[in-house]
Amino acid sequence: MTDFTPWQSMLGGALIGLSAVLLMALHGRIAGMTGILSGVVPPLAPDWPWRAAFLVGAVLAPLVYIAAGGTIAFSVPVSTPALAIGGVIVGIGVSFGNGCPSGHGICGIARLSPRSLVAVPVFMATAFLTVLVTRHLLGA
Amino acid sequence: MMNKLVSALLIGGLFGLGIAVSGMANPAKVLNFFDLFGSWDPSLAFVMGGGLTIAAIGYRLLFAARRGPVLAEAFSLPAKKRIDAELVGGAAIFGVGWGIAGFCPGGAVPALGLGHVETVLFLAAMIAGIVIARWIRMVLPHPAAA
Repeated sequence: MTDFTPWQSMLGGALIGLSAVLLMALHGRIAGMTGILSGVVPPLAPDWPWRAAFLVGAVLAPLVYIAAGGTIAFSVPVSTPALAIGGVIVGIGVSFGNGCPSGHGICGIARLSPRSLVAVPVFMATAFLTVLVTRHLLGA
Repeated sequence: MMNKLVSALLIGGLFGLGIAVSGMANPAKVLNFFDLFGSWDPSLAFVMGGGLTIAAIGYRLLFAARRGPVLAEAFSLPAKKRIDAELVGGAAIFGVGWGIAGFCPGGAVPALGLGHVETVLFLAAMIAGIVIARWIRMVLPHPAAA
């Protein structure tokens, strides 16, 4: 079980939205993790330094939050093979789909991109179906 | 150059803080959102709601102002407009992986800061997936159209 956290989740979401607005206002870029991360997977994108800086900030922020007294729940309810297989599938999917929940879900839908308006319901639907299968039909 | 790096670091920090506060660095919480017939936790919808509200208003104001970004020459928005099989297929594949592992790219990168081996394993596998996708693209220029 995880607790339903409407206010905290909405606040966290708003911070992600603010990050997206600032990245566009200052750098003119979409704050999509797939795009940002792909640019630092060799061969490096010519503009890799800002991408690397963004990633370092994203990794360090939870540590700063914890140092300031915050708590972050973390548990992985799936097996090691599921993590590895799921990871490869995620990498292939976001590459061909050109985005993930941050790029398509927040940035894309916020600017009413037709591609994102298609991608988000599609990946939501297959994620719901996958969990239905793994947790209820296969009984994992 | 320095401005660019420092601002990207801070903006990335804001992104990671948002992921941490929202609970989206936690695969258990993400998977519970998709478990409608089990331990359903609707929080993810509230993350999307909060994020979309701020991003939609902010983007609207930015693009209406008709000025470019402060530290770059122009806004770089995705050039692709067409809804093709690659987009739909890729999104469908991603959703399957998301449902299997409970991590998405935006959740996993900040989770790396928490120092768990599971996150490292997922990210390594995901980067392998990105490399495999590049390779498939090289071998078959339009795999989805085939």
